[in-house]
Amino acid sequence: MAEQTTNFKVTIDNITIEVAPGTSILEAARMIGGDITPPAMCFYTPLEGSGGKCRTCLVEVSKGSEKDPRPMPKLVASCRTGVMDGMEVKNITSEKVPDARAGVVEMLLANHPLDCPICDQAGECHLQDLGYEHGKEGTRYEFKRRTFERLDLGPYIQLHMNRCILCYRCVFAANQLSDKREHGVLDRGDHAQISTFIQNNLDNDMIGNVIDVCPVGALTDKTFRFKNRVWFTNPIDAHRNCDNPKCCGEVTLWNRGEDVLRVTARKNKWGEVMNTKDGKPGWICNTCRFDKKSMKDWTIEGPMKVSRHSVINQGHYQNAVKPHETISIVLDGRQPKLLMNIHDISGVNKK
Amino acid sequence: MAQKLLLKHANVPNIKSYEVYRQHGGYESVEKALNTLTPDEVTEEVKKSGLRGRGGAGFPAGMKWSFLAKPEGVPRYLVVNADESEPGTFKDRYLMEFLPHVLLEGIVSSCYAMGANACYIYIRGEYAWIPTILEKAIEEARAAGFVGKNILGRGFDLEIYVQRGAGAYICGEETALLESLEGKRGNPRIKPPFPAVKGLWGCPTVVNNVETIAAVGPILNMGGEEYAKIGVGRSTGTKLISACGNINKPGVYEISMTESVEEFIYSEEFCGGIKNGKKLKACIPGGSSVPILPANLLLKTAKGETRYMNYESLSDGGFATGSMLGSGGFIVLDEDQCIVKNTYTLARFYRHESCGQCSPCREGTGWMEKILKRIDEGNGKMEDIDLLWDIQRKIEGNTICPLGDAAAWPVAAASRHFRDEFEWHINNPECLTRNFGLAHYANALEIETV
Repeated sequence: MAEQTTNFKVTIDNITIEVAPGTSILEAARMIGGDITPPAMCFYTPLEGSGGKCRTCLVEVSKGSEKDPRPMPKLVASCRTGVMDGMEVKNITSEKVPDARAGVVEMLLANHPLDCPICDQAGECHLQDLGYEHGKEGTRYEFKRRTFERLDLGPYIQLHMNRCILCYRCVFAANQLSDKREHGVLDRGDHAQISTFIQNNLDNDMIGNVIDVCPVGALTDKTFRFKNRVWFTNPIDAHRNCDNPKCCGEVTLWNRGEDVLRVTARKNKWGEVMNTKDGKPGWICNTCRFDKKSMKDWTIEGPMKVSRHSVINQGHYQNAVKPHETISIVLDGRQPKLLMNIHDISGVNKK
Repeated sequence: MAQKLLLKHANVPNIKSYEVYRQHGGYESVEKALNTLTPDEVTEEVKKSGLRGRGGAGFPAGMKWSFLAKPEGVPRYLVVNADESEPGTFKDRYLMEFLPHVLLEGIVSSCYAMGANACYIYIRGEYAWIPTILEKAIEEARAAGFVGKNILGRGFDLEIYVQRGAGAYICGEETALLESLEGKRGNPRIKPPFPAVKGLWGCPTVVNNVETIAAVGPILNMGGEEYAKIGVGRSTGTKLISACGNINKPGVYEISMTESVEEFIYSEEFCGGIKNGKKLKACIPGGSSVPILPANLLLKTAKGETRYMNYESLSDGGFATGSMLGSGGFIVLDEDQCIVKNTYTLARFYRHESCGQCSPCREGTGWMEKILKRIDEGNGKMEDIDLLWDIQRKIEGNTICPLGDAAAWPVAAASRHFRDEFEWHINNPECLTRNFGLAHYANALEIETV
């Protein structure tokens, strides 16, 4: 019981939860789940030091803590701000947050090529989701977008720097999964770019994981490029006994019929690589990812659970669970005011 | 006559050398601190003096020192921020180039107060000739026993290292500076933890501006309470102002924060009036990142009171009608200067210097620059002014470090105070050939003062 008393009570959008000290606001919000969870483009739980950069997870802290009830003067990045006891956080109930977040989305999309129709990430792209949920319908950016040459990072990975949102996830992944530090950021400002040290090939056996951590289509799997749209594929959980000690061997196969088109690590509903059942980090090696493209290499576990959130779930309603609705609790029982209520406005269904 | 503390002996020949400096009372504060005061008493003196950070934000220095975590067995560091990259600011350069021992004297006492045995002077790459001057001064001080092991026989060791940066504005932000000092890419860290808890190499660190540390010497010499009597209110002591732009006598001036802005610009003791007998149009009073003020708001606050050269008076009225003392880079613009071009130049600078880490600053600075370039080239649209306003609003306060704010404020202030001029530029694309803006902001002053 002693541990119980040391927990911090934090209220996010009028929903109170008790969490362990050291939890970030974002993690606490994810425990509550539903609409009050701030989006995160750069924070990645398995990667140490990630987060704080994209500013999409900004929230308003209306009460600092029980001891110091002053509100925080600025919006804070929820992924890197720890909770305090008695903290009150406003996300979707805040007046400032949606506006600031829409601004961030507009900034992120300002130089994004919006080539979703030919992008391999489309359908599982976090930027698409973000733009859809938090963005405005158009952009006011009228200038030429910055462009870069496509870059080959070794035989398996291609970098489309144009699509990159500089979340630094791949930099952290490359640094933490490989022993050499050769993947980083060149230049600064809006001409900053992800690159390898003088166009080195990344030949580390774990480097394929940078594709999984990329929230957009900047790092793509060359063995899968332009093969298929993800929503036409059938994700299947599978495993094999990999002899690489760093590789967990538990993967998702993205099949079209009997053909394994792509192999990725298993991800949770926040798009982060999951730990395996026995608690090993879920990273997979290049051999599993790029070379084992046959069903007979794998032991099939069954279809992957696809979240309702994802476009990939079309046709896969395995164990679909309606998520916990939080909107009405947040608004004290009132119904949300929609921007446009199609049932009221449209004359189609009315007599 | 303003009281001079830092620049007291600036005109003494060869004051750069240790002997001459010592003859003029140099290092007395170190003797006083080490021989008669405990480290906590030194901190207490600095607290009493009300000394505020001279780098721009104006945070009380004594308070910053007292936040320094003091765990057992962990070294503490003092880092002197000499990465003076703010356009219009050159006070620290003057101090380090001509009076290096003033800085060293402050460093020794400050390190004693903090219990730091190592101090790093992080100097910007463009000041290529200054590290040599500082290193020579450090060697002289070492020979005299003020740096090194067992200073003054009090058992206090101190090493001072000079580290050159590679010339990035962002490395003037304290956490980016620490990253750069550690040999990494100069990206600002996410706070908390603050450097006072986890700074250089994960150890408690205080990062202070050159001028702040240099002021510690005079404070200890005259006593904190005596120092606090100079100046007004919470703006205590003397402040170095680097004045530039269309004035007769650009240069570094030491003020005691009781001078009015008008006196500072027009008196012979300081700037000596506007060059070529022109009229004052606008002024950026504290380095390029603080809001620009038109002449009428510069000399008088919105309430009609005289504006003085100190922290409170310059920021009177908030950002709506005020500005900031900032780092003391006083940039004066005469009636011929074009605000749009000026704002574009600043936006170009911030676009170039943004580290590219967080999205609002990375994309927003580039966007603002492109819009301002378009207006400046005569292709602007009326909506652009509101768009600029909206972009700066979305950058300000939403970024990791203050560079985002620094990039947003000049644009905000220019479009707030000089909207006419922006509109005039958009309606009159021929301004390209004239290359100067509306003079009526300068005339407005005359009408008001008559």
